[in-house]
Amino acid sequence: MDPTPATATLIIDGQEVSIREREQTLLELATQLGIHIPTLCHHPALSPYGACRLCLVEVKKRKRSKLVTACLYPAEGGIEVDTRSEKVLKTRRMIMELLLARCPDSRPLQDLARQMGVHETRFNKKYEDCVLCGLCVRVCQERMGRSAINFAHRGAKREVLPPFAVPNEVCQTCGACYAICPLQKNMLPSITANEPKPIPSEFNLGLGSRSPIYIPYPQGVPNAATIDERACVHFLQDGCAICQESCEAEAIDFTQEPETSEVNVGSIVLSPGYEPLSPDVRPELGFGRYANVMSALQFERMLSASGPSSGKVVRPSDHQPPKKVAWIQCVGSRDVDHKYCSSVCCMYATKEAIIAKEHEPDLACTVFFMEMRAYGKGFDAYYNRARELGVKYVRCAPSSVKQVPGTTDLRITYETNGRRITEEFDLVVLSTGFRPPHGVQQFADTFGIGLTEHRFAATRPFGPVETSRPGIYASGPFTGPKDIPETVMEASASASAAMALLAAQRGEFVTSKEYPPEKDVRGQEPRIGVFVCHCGKNIGGVADVPSVVEYARTLPNVVFADDNLYTCSTDTQKRIRELIAEQDLNRVVVASCSPRTHEPLFRNTCREAGLNEYLFEMANIRDQCTWVHKDEPERATRKSKDLLRMAVAKARLLEPLVKGRLKVKSEAVVVGGGMAGMTAALNLADQGFPVHLVEQGKELGGNLRHVHRLLHGADPQQRLAQTVQRVTSHPRIHLYLESTLASVDGSVGNFRSTITCNGRHSEVAHGVAIIATGASEHQPTEYLYGQHPRVLTQRELEASIATDDPELQKLASVVMIQCVGSRDEVHPYCSRVCCAQAVKNAIALKEIHPDIAVQVLYRDIRTYGLLEEFYTHARRLGVRFIRYEEQQKPQVTATNGHLQVSTVDPVLDAVLGIDCDLLVLAPAIVPRGDAEEVGKLFKVALNQDKFFLEAHMKLRPVDFATEGVFMCGLAHSPKSVEESIAQAQAAAAKAATILSQDEIALDATISELVDDNCDGCAYCIDPCPFNALTLIEYMYNGNIKKAVDRDAALCKGCGVCQATCPKQGIFIRNFRLDQLSAMVDAALVEA
Amino acid sequence: MASEGPEPILIAFCCNWCSYAGADLAGISRLQYPSDVRIIRVMCSGMVHPNLVIDALTKGADGVLMCGCHPGDCHYLEGNVCAANRKEAIELMLEDFGIEPERFRMEWVSASEGPRFAEVVQEMSDALRELGPSPYKVEAA
Repeated sequence: MDPTPATATLIIDGQEVSIREREQTLLELATQLGIHIPTLCHHPALSPYGACRLCLVEVKKRKRSKLVTACLYPAEGGIEVDTRSEKVLKTRRMIMELLLARCPDSRPLQDLARQMGVHETRFNKKYEDCVLCGLCVRVCQERMGRSAINFAHRGAKREVLPPFAVPNEVCQTCGACYAICPLQKNMLPSITANEPKPIPSEFNLGLGSRSPIYIPYPQGVPNAATIDERACVHFLQDGCAICQESCEAEAIDFTQEPETSEVNVGSIVLSPGYEPLSPDVRPELGFGRYANVMSALQFERMLSASGPSSGKVVRPSDHQPPKKVAWIQCVGSRDVDHKYCSSVCCMYATKEAIIAKEHEPDLACTVFFMEMRAYGKGFDAYYNRARELGVKYVRCAPSSVKQVPGTTDLRITYETNGRRITEEFDLVVLSTGFRPPHGVQQFADTFGIGLTEHRFAATRPFGPVETSRPGIYASGPFTGPKDIPETVMEASASASAAMALLAAQRGEFVTSKEYPPEKDVRGQEPRIGVFVCHCGKNIGGVADVPSVVEYARTLPNVVFADDNLYTCSTDTQKRIRELIAEQDLNRVVVASCSPRTHEPLFRNTCREAGLNEYLFEMANIRDQCTWVHKDEPERATRKSKDLLRMAVAKARLLEPLVKGRLKVKSEAVVVGGGMAGMTAALNLADQGFPVHLVEQGKELGGNLRHVHRLLHGADPQQRLAQTVQRVTSHPRIHLYLESTLASVDGSVGNFRSTITCNGRHSEVAHGVAIIATGASEHQPTEYLYGQHPRVLTQRELEASIATDDPELQKLASVVMIQCVGSRDEVHPYCSRVCCAQAVKNAIALKEIHPDIAVQVLYRDIRTYGLLEEFYTHARRLGVRFIRYEEQQKPQVTATNGHLQVSTVDPVLDAVLGIDCDLLVLAPAIVPRGDAEEVGKLFKVALNQDKFFLEAHMKLRPVDFATEGVFMCGLAHSPKSVEESIAQAQAAAAKAATILSQDEIALDATISELVDDNCDGCAYCIDPCPFNALTLIEYMYNGNIKKAVDRDAALCKGCGVCQATCPKQGIFIRNFRLDQLSAMVDAALVEA
Repeated sequence: MASEGPEPILIAFCCNWCSYAGADLAGISRLQYPSDVRIIRVMCSGMVHPNLVIDALTKGADGVLMCGCHPGDCHYLEGNVCAANRKEAIELMLEDFGIEPERFRMEWVSASEGPRFAEVVQEMSDALRELGPSPYKVEAA
């Protein structure tokens, strides 16, 4: 035979194609050309078989025509192939009817039949479950090298069986026969004598299984597949390798070995994270024994649209929706083996209960807890919302969970208000805690850093991200249990610490991202590509996405439309880039979530494909459609079409835009000279940037001046003195004491601020600003404070302890009252630090004299994370903690100067009267009175509690929505000094990302003059809030022409000018009147 | 659905920084409101030309809602104040065109006021259903 077959041509569906003679089958050729031919028995990795005969095509050769199977017939020159002739379709339908008669109940077969136009079979139904396609036989033999099954018998009795029809041990339970079966029939139990072992999905925590080649989790970067060598048939048996042939990118390389590379670095940041404790840490709670006891992380996966049950809450035992769910808190936290609090479980259980109730409003949710530790910003409000939604909180830690005999329901016995109650639940969720990652000791040894007693990374006092070894930093739950915002802050903080250390080397490895040259779309007819997102179930579960796509295809200028499960996923981004090239798209419209979160991502995708990023438009069909009309699928679908039509209408009018560039003034202003402000200023100054530190008072130090000891014993005053010394002597810090900011102009990169000091003004130019204005202590008016000399605040007691006040020696009984002004109507939030402060001072009093009776009246003791140990220690020293209810606050009276406190103990349900000779109050941390003024200066917002509002609660905890302005310390929310330091370092890190650039790109969506329309009437000039417009005059054709000139650096694109102009002489790019009008017109058209 | 008669079309201009974010928050909080509203994102309520509002209403929109930041919270200092200053002019024009004043509404909705946004849309949708279709829509049909 000729080794290099000659090139020939054939005609397929009227299309003439060049082929290599007899090198591929007609089916392969058709697939390559995108011609769909149905088949049941074909798989590209297996030898063709021709069993199902669904792939029949008509071949004309020398005027004679015949029906042949495309999977076997070679592509040869001179023939004419028709894959869709009437004869072909009719015969295929007949074959399908026969197949359907054999297996009428098979869902996949019914689906395929429907696609081919066959809805019913006219033949006698046989109710078999196999169409004898032979894929399983071939894959077992050809690829797995086993032959554990084969065809047996002949004719009508033919079937697939293991040898002698007896389950055998040859079968390796790889499951290939099941995976490849077009009818999805699992015949493993009849084949194998071995135990099938599904590979549990790690990401879904064992709910569901995964294949040996898999993408570990959808958010992975890079989002690439990996092979589990312990399960892959190729690695175990040298078989299979189907993936290698299927992968079009030829990315599968079985010979790859782990590589070791060496890098020289000046600093290391460690963030190995945590591991969830195994839920069977408390066997008496039934995990592993009872099907319907699951871990909170499993439950979280179940709530996820991309999770094992596609977002449905179901019981593992019967896949039925539960009616009653219980959460048990502190599983593996705050016990003898794990003496710390895991910090996040109270809130995640609350979140899970809220989301579960959103899925199923009638679901009864009960949370069994010891203490509700909703200590973070906005947490108490969230907890209250859960209670309003009907989530029941029971203050009791159940000792065991029992399965109700004869069912898979669960029984919990608990005590509340002195009564013993037994209740049954459908599902029990265990809120398991954190533990340091497996092998952490070896990890720590590798880097030479120390660990704490609980094997979290040890950090230095006042250095929340500094490990015991200089230059090595740690962040996140590696240093102790913590929530997302704190983890993000610490991550930035360790980056800033490393940046300060390596300031001299900054930028050495920087390479700027290269984008392909932009294609010129001027004068081209719009060619719009539309991508409609399912967003898992978020959109697709409500609106009919395929019909929206169909509709998109009918819109003018739309040349391509498709749907995606997640349009923001890496592979879809890649697909969009490919389609921009393939389809020569010059406009892209994505119908998905909010442009506020995802527009930058998609714009970048356009840029990467050589398309100007402003040729992109979004339709918000999730946040503003399916999420708000979730019970009205038809209306949501119609509205999705409307929103898409509006976006397409605008997209047709989009123009490519270019960003201006602006030099950055590499100096910073830090407002507030407390520990947070000083730390941020020092970090930036250490990184090489000049800093203007503005402090209102006469001295630096803020609230830390009143803190005399930390719980772990470190001395804040010594540290404060050192910090003040460093700040005052740093050559790059300009200190402005007794000064305030009078005005702030400009924007990111180029602010101009006026600092006022005793009537004198100085102007500074700066690129960024950090707001660290702190907070104040609430002045109590309750509990006889200010009326009785022996009623103090914790801060005043701390001062007495620090000065060794001899009066303290004489104390016999001290009562502390928590939540004075916190968690009430005026200040509904938790002040976070007071519980630890009370514990600290209680321990100090016990150290002064162990006989002092100390009683702490509290609502919840919120000694989160590693602080828990000090709470335990205090109790061990004999400090009594007595809870009170919000509605039954303690009463304080003074008779003849003697203080008496009465309080209702909810456990005993009795009134306790306590005589005391000192009453100590824990007042709230309240926002500063001038916070609003500072906010106005920088045009940044405050939240409902009047603390500064971050750009994103979880992911951008130090950023404002306004670029170039950051926050840290108590101005953001109540927090400890070490948390303030971490946040200050984080704010400095974010500020440095701007200061370290020579120039920044300006927004392109600013105003633009239309010379022909502008007659210089100047109506627009006064309303411009940024003074960006001026009236100019110039000679034009011998006449004086008046017009308006715009300053690109000052214009922010608000568009007041556009709405003021009576002559359409000025517009905002990307929001032009004609573009907005087109959207209005599109909104008024009926779909 | 068809038996309920035509649903009103409510066009809402929402500023990117406050009201559009507030509308997103209503979604994040899964607050449910009538599907009559079609939101057009603008950078600032101050960029919406009065002609846009009048055009929308005379072309058959049953209502126009303009949402911006609360006074003092404008991302562009006082764009919302400019928008508010145009309110009277718009109302006068509506009178000239014979359009009921209830068909135009201006509201301040902040980024944290998801519930407020849902409430405003609900109120306006109820009002529009009460009023019946826009006179211009009837004419067109």
